[in-house]
Amino acid sequence: MAGRVSFGSDLHTDVESPADEDGVHDSFCQLIEEQCYGRHDDGMEMTPLDPDLEDESRDDVVYLDGPARHWSESLSDAPQQTDNLIGERWSSDTLKVLSSMPSRTIGRSRGAIISQYYNRTMQLRRRRQSRPSIQHFPHSARPSIRGYGVETDGAGFQEEENKRERLVNNLQNLSVSDRVRMLRAMPLSLAEKKELRMLVLNKGEHSLSENQIPCCSQLKYYIINAVRHGWYSWLSLVSSLQLWQTALKCVSGRFGTGVLSYFVFLRTLLFFNIFLFLFTALFLAVPQAVLPPAQDTHTNNTSRRSSWGLEVLTGAGYFSDSVLYYGYYSNQTLQSGRRCSQSSNGTSCDAAFSYNMPLVYFFTIGAAFFITCIILVYSMSKSFGRSFRIDKSKGLLAIKVFSSWDYKVSKKSSVRLQRANIGTQLKELVAEVNRQELKSPLLQRVFRIFIHMLAWIMCLGSTLASVLGVYYFSEYMHKDLTSRVRSSSSDSLLKEASLLAVPVLVSSINLLLPGFFNAVAWMEEYDSPSVLNYVSISRNLLLKVSVLGVLCFHWLGRVAMDPQILGLQCWESFVGQELYRFLLMDFIFMLLDTFFGEFLWRLFSQKALKRKRKPVFDIARNVLELIYGQTLAWLGVLFSPLLPVVQIIKLLFLFYMKKVSLMMNCQVSGKPWRASQMTTIFITLLCFPSFLGAAVCVTYTMWTMKPSAGCGPFRGLKTMFQAGKLWVRDLALANPSLWWLESAHTYLVENPLFLFLSAAVFLIVIYFHSQVLDGQRKIIELLQEQIENEGEDKKFLIMRLQDIHERRRVRSPRRGQRDNEGSSFS
Amino acid sequence: MSHCSLLCQFFISEISAGIRLQCTVCHGTARMGNKQTIFTSQQLDAYQDCTYFTRKEILRLFHRYRDLAPQLVPLDYTNEPDVRLPYELIGSMPELKDNPFRQRIAEVFSEDGQGNMTLDDFLDMFSVMSEMAPRDLKAYYAFKIYDFNNDDFICKSDLEKTLNKLTRNELTEDEVRMVCEKVIDEADLDNDGRLSLEDFQHMILRAPDFLSTFHIRI
Repeated sequence: MAGRVSFGSDLHTDVESPADEDGVHDSFCQLIEEQCYGRHDDGMEMTPLDPDLEDESRDDVVYLDGPARHWSESLSDAPQQTDNLIGERWSSDTLKVLSSMPSRTIGRSRGAIISQYYNRTMQLRRRRQSRPSIQHFPHSARPSIRGYGVETDGAGFQEEENKRERLVNNLQNLSVSDRVRMLRAMPLSLAEKKELRMLVLNKGEHSLSENQIPCCSQLKYYIINAVRHGWYSWLSLVSSLQLWQTALKCVSGRFGTGVLSYFVFLRTLLFFNIFLFLFTALFLAVPQAVLPPAQDTHTNNTSRRSSWGLEVLTGAGYFSDSVLYYGYYSNQTLQSGRRCSQSSNGTSCDAAFSYNMPLVYFFTIGAAFFITCIILVYSMSKSFGRSFRIDKSKGLLAIKVFSSWDYKVSKKSSVRLQRANIGTQLKELVAEVNRQELKSPLLQRVFRIFIHMLAWIMCLGSTLASVLGVYYFSEYMHKDLTSRVRSSSSDSLLKEASLLAVPVLVSSINLLLPGFFNAVAWMEEYDSPSVLNYVSISRNLLLKVSVLGVLCFHWLGRVAMDPQILGLQCWESFVGQELYRFLLMDFIFMLLDTFFGEFLWRLFSQKALKRKRKPVFDIARNVLELIYGQTLAWLGVLFSPLLPVVQIIKLLFLFYMKKVSLMMNCQVSGKPWRASQMTTIFITLLCFPSFLGAAVCVTYTMWTMKPSAGCGPFRGLKTMFQAGKLWVRDLALANPSLWWLESAHTYLVENPLFLFLSAAVFLIVIYFHSQVLDGQRKIIELLQEQIENEGEDKKFLIMRLQDIHERRRVRSPRRGQRDNEGSSFS
Repeated sequence: MSHCSLLCQFFISEISAGIRLQCTVCHGTARMGNKQTIFTSQQLDAYQDCTYFTRKEILRLFHRYRDLAPQLVPLDYTNEPDVRLPYELIGSMPELKDNPFRQRIAEVFSEDGQGNMTLDDFLDMFSVMSEMAPRDLKAYYAFKIYDFNNDDFICKSDLEKTLNKLTRNELTEDEVRMVCEKVIDEADLDNDGRLSLEDFQHMILRAPDFLSTFHIRI
């Protein structure tokens, strides 16, 4: 019961189940009782009751046995009485109880602190009762913390001394390390702590040897200290090593979390690409570059060189026979006895170093995709956990206000930055709170819905039109190329330039349509910027996904099905080149967009239109452009293993460019909003349509497409997938003890059932997790309700107490008078 | 003369046991190079038991304290002189100089409540703000810091002051009012319209980065 009475410190440690509610009431009654005793004699239980007190308790009994009329009266009175809880007509006892509520006493006075810690030491001692206590200590002397908050006179001082005495006793009976820990954690001033410590030491003088902390525990303390030190400094080192940290802080200080989420997302993408690049470069490009394949010399190698600039743009010509593309990689086992140390990939290096290129190619791409998938899912689940907190809306603002100031910061500029940051975030939070209260009349809402539908139809229509445009244009260009090949016209420059037509079209669609969407959204007049962003994201997403779908069909359905028509020796390389072109064009258009759309527009509107306004950074469009680019990069890894390099360069450029442009050209969004779930949504989008789509395309290519016969690591095979199968069969043939590997391969990899099963298990796990989360949310709601109810209960019980006193005052005016005197005195 | 005393000390330490020797060594030396004890070993023990610092750190903090006013603080603390550094000196430390709550911190930790600090107060302050201090202790003092009018509750006026210090007039009056209301609404569990220490501690429990932000590195 003691633990329950001291709500103060233990509220969070022992959460009671709703069934324990009686216990709380009991404890409350006990509290009241304790108060009554406490007035006379500081909680000693074995004292004779004096007549006054007996009277009181008899009163209680009478009241409890009294007619139900009283109950209903007091119940009906309760609501109006609760309103003026702190009225003047309260008796001294009620006031005392009120002032001794846990919420009003804890930490209020030194005495309370001391007794709180006294209780804690008691608990600690009880927990460790195996130690023999040196001194007998009366258990009955259970003090109440509550009374001391209001007492400041001499008696109070006396009691504080008493309390201190007991605390000292208790501390002394603790083990040395416990004592030190307790002493350190007390919120008293150092002088007082020292005094306490002196008292404890003086008391325990007979055991002076104990004074010194035992060597072993001291050692433990130092080790813990050192480990913690190391951990903290490691953490700060890691955080200072984070890429672009100051830049990101600048951005979030000025533009808030919405824009920040764009840049954070960009950084995430950069890491993905660096990972992909390291993987492919280490296992594919470097070994192949070190041991170049015996090339059958291309006859037209020199004649094909048209112009350097165009080749960089198209990725064809000189580049087509480099490690950049699929076609360059050999289908043989690379063998080299001498250069084994240079190849540096740690495979067996005995007599002749062998490196089975097709197999490595297959597994590298597969493993890269697999690991990327795991990282994506992991970061997605993490950010889901972070943004969909169980208690989402509760206490965010309070936490922000009280725990966001970093006391470590001591540089002037950082202080300013932090101040701006906190200010912006508070504004966002307040705006979010405000918006929830808005409501509009019915007619207006109907009109709104109509406008929204119109807008959606316009957006869908334009998306459909552009998709059809891309479809027919690519078909036309395909035919054009075919006819060009047939007629074998010698104008190679024009031919190469015509390769750029489709990328330019797609990129300009990507540039222009989002502008159109924005105009439509402007017409719609969303009041919440976050909703606006989500709508804009979904429209852009739709556009990009459908365009990419058409392009995938173009590459895999038209080009790869019949590469001979185009006179292609190696359609994989051609597709790789196409992807390279798209990626590059995307980048160039982004540059142009930043320059014209943001810089020149700002100049124009400020100089010509004399407006103060600057454009607002369009998060949705920019993020979707990033996702689009990343999808291209993922699609292209199979056909052009070094494509991530291009993407890395692009992202690096983009970061600085966008940052400078943001600082120069953009203004803070007029309506601040908090991007609580932005990062989650970006990651989800990256995972679901983007990565999954790319993965499906790549797997489809690997499983079913016939690789070109004249080039690449898989020439001569029916599908790329066969490389793994052949290797497994060879392995099983070479050493028969590995026979199980082949069957495992057939059953696990080739049989889709296993895939389905694992996916199902995965889904089930996710489902269970979400259910558990939901349950926790419900329990939290219940508990919060319970806290409120308990507050009500307390109010009710105080009412009752007050009622008793009032009735007693009426019944015996003499005693009532005395009570009044007492209350006025106190 | 000083040479002699040094020799004396050396002999004493030679004669007494290893612990004693260790103590004179780690009691620290004055800046000028001649050995001199600043604290007795008992004092250091007491400091070590009552703060989250090791002996070395205590000595370092002492020197930081002394460097604020070398003419005021003696090098010999064995007889516990009653020295207080005024708030102006404490507040000018680089660790506190730009902290918007520096005055409150000094007031809360000083014994006289005015921000004038003895060495004990100084050690206490940095002990609480160190990374070793537990959450409860930190929350207690954080509450005190944000309780500007010392009435043991964070009420609206305290919150307004906190916000002004946090953002320095970046928020409009309306927004400040709204934030105050909302904060009290969120964190006030007993519905008395103000935050008690209990409410505060409960709220801090859910603040993941409180421990790392309420920390001064020294």
